[in-house]
Amino acid sequence: MDIQQWTALLVGASFLLYIVIAIRSRANSTGDFYVAGGHVPPLANGMATAADWMSAASFISMAGLISFSGFDGSVYLMGWTGGYVLLALLLAPYLRKFGKFTVPDFIGDRYYSQLARIVAVICAIFVSFTYVAGQMRGVGLVFSRFLEVDITTGVVIGMGIVLVYAVLGGMKGITYTQVAQYCVLIFAFMVPAIFISLHVADWAIPQIGFGMDTPGQGSTILARLNGLHEELGFSSYTRGSGNTINLIAITFALMAGTAGLPHVIIRFYTVPRVRDARTSAGWALLLIAILYTTAPAVAVFARTNLLDTVYKEGQFQPHSSMPEWFNTWEGTGLIKFTDHNNDGLIQYVGEGAVDAEGLLLQNELIIDRDIMVLANPEIAGLPNWVIGLVAAGGLAAALSTAAGLLLVVSTSFSHDLLRKWLKPDISEKEELLAARIAAGVAVCFAGYLGVHPPGFVGEVVAFAFGLAAASFFPAILLGIFMKRMNSEGAIAGMIVGLLFTASYIIYFKFMHPELDSADHWWWGISPTGIGSIGMCFNFMVAGIVRSFTADPPQEVMEMVEQIRLPEKG
Amino acid sequence: MGKKSSESAHSDYWKKNLKLIAKLLFVWAFVSFGLSLAFADALHGVLFPLPGTPLGFWFAQQGSIFTFVILIWVYAWRMNRLDDEYFSEGDE
Repeated sequence: MDIQQWTALLVGASFLLYIVIAIRSRANSTGDFYVAGGHVPPLANGMATAADWMSAASFISMAGLISFSGFDGSVYLMGWTGGYVLLALLLAPYLRKFGKFTVPDFIGDRYYSQLARIVAVICAIFVSFTYVAGQMRGVGLVFSRFLEVDITTGVVIGMGIVLVYAVLGGMKGITYTQVAQYCVLIFAFMVPAIFISLHVADWAIPQIGFGMDTPGQGSTILARLNGLHEELGFSSYTRGSGNTINLIAITFALMAGTAGLPHVIIRFYTVPRVRDARTSAGWALLLIAILYTTAPAVAVFARTNLLDTVYKEGQFQPHSSMPEWFNTWEGTGLIKFTDHNNDGLIQYVGEGAVDAEGLLLQNELIIDRDIMVLANPEIAGLPNWVIGLVAAGGLAAALSTAAGLLLVVSTSFSHDLLRKWLKPDISEKEELLAARIAAGVAVCFAGYLGVHPPGFVGEVVAFAFGLAAASFFPAILLGIFMKRMNSEGAIAGMIVGLLFTASYIIYFKFMHPELDSADHWWWGISPTGIGSIGMCFNFMVAGIVRSFTADPPQEVMEMVEQIRLPEKG
Repeated sequence: MGKKSSESAHSDYWKKNLKLIAKLLFVWAFVSFGLSLAFADALHGVLFPLPGTPLGFWFAQQGSIFTFVILIWVYAWRMNRLDDEYFSEGDE
């Protein structure tokens, strides 16, 4: 069978599995729809959380991103995993004890304020839509590259699948599909990684292989890669670019943002007990770590393979000698070769590289970093079924995350806006119907964004994390650990954190992108890292405002006492 | 564990929780912001734990993630035990 047939078979089989699960786990109440009835075992919730969290970006883009940025790419690895420590120690157990349905629920009740609830709802919807557009785009890309249907058809098929299980099953359907999707995606990521590790390093475990010797050569893989980087004028793979303060700010903002993202937090409402919230966070990160520690190894192998293809024994290679995968991806426009000096050789160099006579060399090759994971099996010459598997895995990652985000959007409408604000006398049946309609509309809107992506998807990711770090994270944290934090303090803090972070990002990303460089940043901190400063402002303002306003009502302080304690028995 | 008077037992329980959180977050910050970022350059010459990995680089791309997993499991294990101690069945 060829690649396309294998892909169609594996993708079709995985979709069938998701639909069967969806039909078997239909939601019958709002409790089922919002939090799967609160009956999800910790391991299952850990798997669902892992699939929920690992998106098209983690599966498709992350290894490529690290492959092209080396040490500096570590901020994403640490930021997107370290946030779980904050979540497990500071948020998840208490939110589980609080035991409602959504993040705005907690903010609204804890700060006894409809305004706080509405600010939280708007942030939750904005953050979730930002994210979901990227997922649908990922679905479309996989379809168009591997199944040769156009992106629109691909997005529509993806929407159809999500529609079935999100609308029918709500959180209950999503949870059990995500468990299956985790299995598909981790298998699809690990199989090629192990093959490539065997191929390049002679070790079956990629986490070990990338730190060992190159078979048949005197040097380690990383030392050889650093050597190649030096020859070609790229910066060292294993050393940072030098701006440590900025790297720390980015890591911290991504961590706090991760802990504050609503679609991750609500997963911890679905387990039966407080202790299960703690262990399921442990499972979630363990299962995420399998992919996140493999990705940097894949990045090293991919980088080495790529350089070995275009640059052999100290010579740039002619374009005519490139293998088939190179030409295939050139056809999609994701690899671009421009022969500036017309010598037919692919001159792939970093900035300021010089030749033997000291003349400046011009780079002639541009590679889209997103292709590294998808092209890796072809680069390493793996069998066709592995390539089909990678496509199914990429789709599992994108669909599971999209479903989790869409649930946040639908819950925000039916629960936070309708029931808690506009129409408090709504019956449970009507609320469930409203949730289903909201999920359906949200899927269609997400699909539209996937087909017609706004040009700024990349930029808004910084937004999503920055806003979550500067608003939700401090507000929830103070709500749990500072009993006397009142509504005035929390709202003032959220508003200052949000305004500061949003204006900084808008200024550098949308108004003056030409100024977006270390020379103009405040304190040398990039827009991606500014959320950590916004968070500090939030904490400071909240503390100051609280100190000269009244304590929260007695029953709120008692509620805080209660969420700090586990349930009895 | 015997019956504890609820008010002081609760504040006892909370203090122990905060102490544990503080210890674990110290390790979290030291490994991620310290070993992996601030001291990474200084540790570049140390090839550990694998023959090809500079220590700072290894912590930034592998060790920190392993540490995070361990921290969460230690917290879950210690706290679930503390829960049993203070809120075991039949306790008020």
